[in-house]
Amino acid sequence: MRSPLRSVLLACGAVGIAVLAWAGLAPIETRTGADREQLFEIPRGTWARRMSGEDLGILPDEIRLTLGIRDILVLRNLDEVPQIFGPTLMMPGQSFRLPFEQAAEYQFACTAHASGQMRVIVYAYPATPWARIMWRARRL
Amino acid sequence: MNARTVRCLLLMLAAIVAAPVASAPALKAGVFDPPRDAPRFSLQSSGGGKVDLRSYRGKVVILGFGFTWCTDVCPVTLATLAQARRKLGAAADDAQVVYVTVDPERDDPARMKEYLHAFDPTFIGGTGGAAELAAVRKDYGIVAEKHVKGSSYSVSHSSYTYLIDRRGRLRALMPYGRGADDYVHDLRILLAE
Repeated sequence: MRSPLRSVLLACGAVGIAVLAWAGLAPIETRTGADREQLFEIPRGTWARRMSGEDLGILPDEIRLTLGIRDILVLRNLDEVPQIFGPTLMMPGQSFRLPFEQAAEYQFACTAHASGQMRVIVYAYPATPWARIMWRARRL
Repeated sequence: MNARTVRCLLLMLAAIVAAPVASAPALKAGVFDPPRDAPRFSLQSSGGGKVDLRSYRGKVVILGFGFTWCTDVCPVTLATLAQARRKLGAAADDAQVVYVTVDPERDDPARMKEYLHAFDPTFIGGTGGAAELAAVRKDYGIVAEKHVKGSSYSVSHSSYTYLIDRRGRLRALMPYGRGADDYVHDLRILLAE
């Protein structure tokens, strides 16, 4: 007769294997159009809030994209004044749409960050089971 | 109007809605929407006289910022642009590379001419006073920072280039590291407009 502890461990192991099998084998659909966009927006009033001393972090230091799934960086300035956003100067109401086609790490000068740099890491499309597991793990 | 006519009209409407929408081909560079007019400047030209973007209306301008003592970013970008122009063939006559210095202390027109001609004799350099160049950089959101190393110095700077269309609008930003084929792809689209 099995001990309750052993049964629990076996069940956990089975669940773990099932999760890993799903993560590695379940297909990831490629996306099209706007579904591939990773959008960051400067909300209206950001400049005024910054002028009043608020520390607003809109863009993360590091942006992670994946080819075929989410590989288009979109920046949008909804504020009433021009803003340096990511690598470039954007006018009020203007957007900037940058597609990536190669997996690599990209560095952009960005005055919005304390480091002066914005890093965009573009991963290859997760075509293998291990890559799919890693892709799903990064999304947790 | 009988039922048959109504059916025909509905079918025609459905066909129109379902028809693929002809959209402009996508650039590989980052695209500004809506595009704004490229900020004007008038700087000393490496070719003598002044370099003024207005004089290139009707051409596509590839605008870059750098300096002739740059050891990594600028040589790669300029070599890529030279290669792209060669690949464009005759169409390259309507594509003008303008390179604005971030190092006015060392980059005078003669130095820029010598440096740029090593890549492509059609490349034009722009230089001027420190304040004048700082104003241009501000208009374009370009970052440049001087780093002193012993008796010399280097300048870290934004590494991308801008693509300016025939109407003088700032259309796109090509990140550093993109190959000549990406430039050729986008220049062909912009030149066809």
